[in-house]
Amino acid sequence: MAEVTYLEALRQGLWEEMERDPNVFILGEDVGAYGGAFKVTEGFAKQFGEGRVIDTPISEAAIVGAAAGAAHMGMRPVAEMQFIDFISCAYDMLTNYVATARYRAGLATPMVVRGPCGGYVRGGPFHSQNPEAAFFHTPGLKIVYPATARDAKGLIKASIRDEDPVIYLEHKWLYRRIKESLPEQEEILTPIGEARLAREGKDLSIVTYGATVWKALEAADQLAKDEALSVEVLDLRTLLPMDDAAIMRTVQKTNKVLIVHEDTRTGGLAGEIAARINEQAFAWLDGPIMRVTAHDVPLPYAPTLEDFVLPQTEDIVKAARWLAAY
Amino acid sequence: MPSRAAPTTQSPPIPAGLTRDQLLEIYRYLRLTRTLEERLTALYRQSKVIGGLFRSLGQEGESVGSAYALARGPNPDILSPLIRNLGSMLVMGAEPLAILRQYMAKAESPTRGRELNVHFNDLEKGYLGQISHLGDMVPVMAGIALSFKLRGEPRVGLVYVGDGATSTGTFHEGLNFAAVQKVPLVVIAEYNRWAYSTPPEKQFAVKDLAEKAKGYGIPAVTVDGNDVLAVYGATKLAVERARRGHGVQFIEVKTYRRKGHAEHDDQHYVPKDELDWWAKENDPVDRYVTQLVRSEWAEERELKAIDDRVKVEIDQATDACIDEPLPSGESALGGVYADPRAAPRHWYRSL
Repeated sequence: MAEVTYLEALRQGLWEEMERDPNVFILGEDVGAYGGAFKVTEGFAKQFGEGRVIDTPISEAAIVGAAAGAAHMGMRPVAEMQFIDFISCAYDMLTNYVATARYRAGLATPMVVRGPCGGYVRGGPFHSQNPEAAFFHTPGLKIVYPATARDAKGLIKASIRDEDPVIYLEHKWLYRRIKESLPEQEEILTPIGEARLAREGKDLSIVTYGATVWKALEAADQLAKDEALSVEVLDLRTLLPMDDAAIMRTVQKTNKVLIVHEDTRTGGLAGEIAARINEQAFAWLDGPIMRVTAHDVPLPYAPTLEDFVLPQTEDIVKAARWLAAY
Repeated sequence: MPSRAAPTTQSPPIPAGLTRDQLLEIYRYLRLTRTLEERLTALYRQSKVIGGLFRSLGQEGESVGSAYALARGPNPDILSPLIRNLGSMLVMGAEPLAILRQYMAKAESPTRGRELNVHFNDLEKGYLGQISHLGDMVPVMAGIALSFKLRGEPRVGLVYVGDGATSTGTFHEGLNFAAVQKVPLVVIAEYNRWAYSTPPEKQFAVKDLAEKAKGYGIPAVTVDGNDVLAVYGATKLAVERARRGHGVQFIEVKTYRRKGHAEHDDQHYVPKDELDWWAKENDPVDRYVTQLVRSEWAEERELKAIDDRVKVEIDQATDACIDEPLPSGESALGGVYADPRAAPRHWYRSL
């Protein structure tokens, strides 16, 4: 088994789907000859031709709108946002046109909008965002957010094959930091809508996704070593639709839950997760549902500022310790 | 207008390669559009039409004339109509029954009561309903045309935009994208004088919408939108050019919106004499009738017979659906996704 990075796994998944289904095509800014800002599509134009790897103008609304039109006709477009921060330029197209198409008019719109998201990379306010909360509120969209190389591959393949529009969030801090051995002969498909138990534990649960899965695992290791605390970590993988059953299972097992996400706090997904636990598993709780998130500010550039604003392993350790003692 | 003898070889040649039967078919679509909208107005006043009613009075000519230039039947060209392009949908094969049901929010309507007016699709027949965010259909139709190009299908997309919609970002992004990709797309820009209550002078600083296309390297023409055959001819040419791989084509049609934005709007901002002039001197249906009869391409009695058949058709469609039920409330939960098939019902609804 070859060891591949998160980025390479994503690339393999895209490549395999392009080979498997001639309806799959890629469009986005600089995705063709250049191979994409992060080289996710490097070599694709050469292999599959410019007709299937389309360099577009800087027009996110047109990229998403055109993808939707092609999807109605039975194609399977994968639209790249060069940085996911720019998906806001296509917010109208995604929330009003794409998300409602099946419901209002019975139109199938099987398409993927993917792009690099997330901070910890000194990218500043416009190259570090986590936009999930802006779209989580929109029925008709699906949102996936892999944390592992295996899921980077399995979720891109599942997203391309899904009958509905999927926003695929890939964390650029994980691109080359995470490596995993993936079997070459096995077809990897991660089901959309299923969380993954990243670590088993019994004293407390951390529900999280994306880059903070790794921070949570680091915190869990530290808490196990230093304080003999057994922490369970649930990696949501799909944010919409959310795997309520997996969340309730871990809550019922440990009776204490800490929700961790990299996005800002107010209106973030942690609030929704807490509400669901309250409605569905209130009687199982032995402590308040607590959150570790970014502070409610635009993400600043200077390392000192960014490190302060974003949730760090040490924040998770402290919050978990506090909750365990509650 | 005096009645004339049946067409003879002395009558002027029919333009744009059309046959006499086609001329009559175009007339039928014009009459069908107008009569159907008149019926919808009556139903609106009886509160049977639940949402707003948007009339295309005065614009039927450009809707019908442009759509008539498209290929229909199996693997048709695809157009995206606006609220004032009912005529274009009828040409592509939309049924008056479906439109009546849709306006009255019936369970059997094309969107099962989920959407209003002409916001619905039938891609097999060749129309894709708009959403209310103006300009958004330009990128979407660019994508549909892109799929034709990528698959080597000899099909064309056609998208209507109003003069107001040419101010939106999606219009510009979509037009530029389509131009760069050289997709087979025809854009019909309707200069109808009013965007709700806003006149062109407050909407853009160019005189003609055609000028906007030139900024994207797209050939553009301006046509009298109330001359049905002129619109047909210009669209036919544009569609053929697009089909042959010459990329995006842009047609500005000069027309006039004779009703308010919707039926609730009393148009107090419109000069009365201007309205009167367009009604008396420049109605597209009247002009077409005059042209047909004076050129001896059709007789008045033939047109009258079409009028009568259209009225019967609309009567029958109305009778067929007026007493149909609205959708059940619970049906609102289905079909957001292919999977899961229905959104969960809230817990307190089962208490």
